[in-house]
Amino acid sequence: MTTANPSESIQSSNIGWEQRKRKLLPYGYLSPTLLLLAALTVIPIGTVFLYSLVDNVIVNPNPPQFVGLENYEEVLTNRKFRGALSNTLYFSLVSVVAHFIIGLSFALLLNSRLLSGNVKAIFRVIYILPWVFTASIIAILWRLLLNPHGVVNFVLLELGIIPELNEWLSDRKLALNAVTFINIWAGYPFYLVSFLAGLQGIPDDLYESGRVDGGNAWQLFRHITLPQLRPIIISLALLDFIWTIHQFTLIWMTTGGGPLRSTEVLSTYTYKAAFSSHEYSIASTIAMVILAICTFVAIFYVRSQRMTDE
Amino acid sequence: MIGTPRQILIRKILLWIALILGACFAGLPVLWMVSSSFKSNLEIFAYPPALVDYSFSFDAYLAVLGDPGQLRFFFNSYLVAIMVTICTVVTSILAGYSFSRYDFRFKKVLNLIIIGVQSVPPITLMIPYFGLIVWLGIYNSYAALVLTYMVFTLSYAIIMMTGYFNTLPRDLDEAVMIDGGGSFVTLWRILVPISLPGIVAVGVYTFMLAWNEFLFALTLTRTNDMRTVPIGIHLLMGQHSFEWNQMLALSVLGSLPVLVLFLLFQRYFIAGMSAGSVKG
Repeated sequence: MTTANPSESIQSSNIGWEQRKRKLLPYGYLSPTLLLLAALTVIPIGTVFLYSLVDNVIVNPNPPQFVGLENYEEVLTNRKFRGALSNTLYFSLVSVVAHFIIGLSFALLLNSRLLSGNVKAIFRVIYILPWVFTASIIAILWRLLLNPHGVVNFVLLELGIIPELNEWLSDRKLALNAVTFINIWAGYPFYLVSFLAGLQGIPDDLYESGRVDGGNAWQLFRHITLPQLRPIIISLALLDFIWTIHQFTLIWMTTGGGPLRSTEVLSTYTYKAAFSSHEYSIASTIAMVILAICTFVAIFYVRSQRMTDE
Repeated sequence: MIGTPRQILIRKILLWIALILGACFAGLPVLWMVSSSFKSNLEIFAYPPALVDYSFSFDAYLAVLGDPGQLRFFFNSYLVAIMVTICTVVTSILAGYSFSRYDFRFKKVLNLIIIGVQSVPPITLMIPYFGLIVWLGIYNSYAALVLTYMVFTLSYAIIMMTGYFNTLPRDLDEAVMIDGGGSFVTLWRILVPISLPGIVAVGVYTFMLAWNEFLFALTLTRTNDMRTVPIGIHLLMGQHSFEWNQMLALSVLGSLPVLVLFLLFQRYFIAGMSAGSVKG
């Protein structure tokens, strides 16, 4: 580990060794990380890819058979898969847009100069609260509230907003919007804190010169705040989109993909294909499709990261 | 802000209305969960609903805390989360040091891969993990959870650690090197002690990710004595279907560790949350 060596300057072979050691040293520090990522990311992804190209894997007694892209054809033309794909995209896009709007609104509220520091601190904790809870607890919480005999139905009925008790999570027409709403509630704090940090980074003189030029509040927001937050907005939205596509727990524990697949997303569909139907080839194929979608989004994410770095 | 006192007053009132509406949106669901955990199971869906009613008691909490099976979920969750945190912190310190202080051939590529790991869907890895973990002979063990959780905690941790080391001047470690200390000594004696705030941020954030994990815990453990809190809640939901107050009490208790960490280390949490997406 130590480079101190009394005879190092004398022998040239020793210098060569020292240099080689110096070259290898950074890899040495990285070796636990690389080992773990190779064993638990690179190789497993290779395995899923292989599974997606063959039939009869894992549980089937027949020997595996190479089928090329047949599984992909089967998956991509399947109506259930398409339903899950469109549910996933709807769930993710609506969540990202709503997270952005709520996160930014709350950040602007908390950033107001009309509030004292203590008031801000208290409301900040309340606003970040949903983020403290893990997905399975959020699922329980909203199953309690959205229960047909729960408090949400009671309040909406009393206010005359709905004519009758709704089965939010078990009505085919409502369930997808209900789980999307739950995800919106659970996910906006991530934007809120990032925007709070971002807003504090915008120099005051920008606003002052804007005001001198006669800009009103909306114009200041439109021409100073939004452009200044742009890099944060882009990377947040892309990262959030990827995470929302990953979302499994929340849906699994609220609706399980039901009723009648109306909230089936790609991750629950994959899980069922693997662990309920034991169709590991098909499950692997869907898993590869999800990976492809996420990688596509991730390319833009990594690019946006680089832009902010430079 | 410019404006007459009257305008400022109106603005203030509007602002407070918005603030309170926002707080209701964020806080009321949580308040309702907590208050319901003190009700009897019969009163949870009583009509009309009340925040607190005559059935207020700690029974559900006593039931959870008196059940060794459910206490075991907590023990497992703490153990796994702490092990993941220690392993992640040590590994990410080493990796962050390498990225921050050395130039080497594959640096850019490796950095991209580590950022990219964040976008790998857990569900994609779940299928091969099952086979791999069984093959390694660690199915239904703590090792299975610690190893697989680290795949998702490491990339943030490394990004955060590298960023933190980058803020420390290089002169510091060079001075020690000249005095004859090796790079390893420099790292542990000089960089690690002054990076403590960054390390706490990484640790706290990692603990939270590990505490909350669900999918791998669900697929890689089998027996109840290996289950973590999120899975415990899931089981409780299936078993005696509607012991609502116990489920809620378990949920409240299961959220406490993260809530306490959050209140104590707010600043670090926020740093952790934004490390993946926002730099600067």
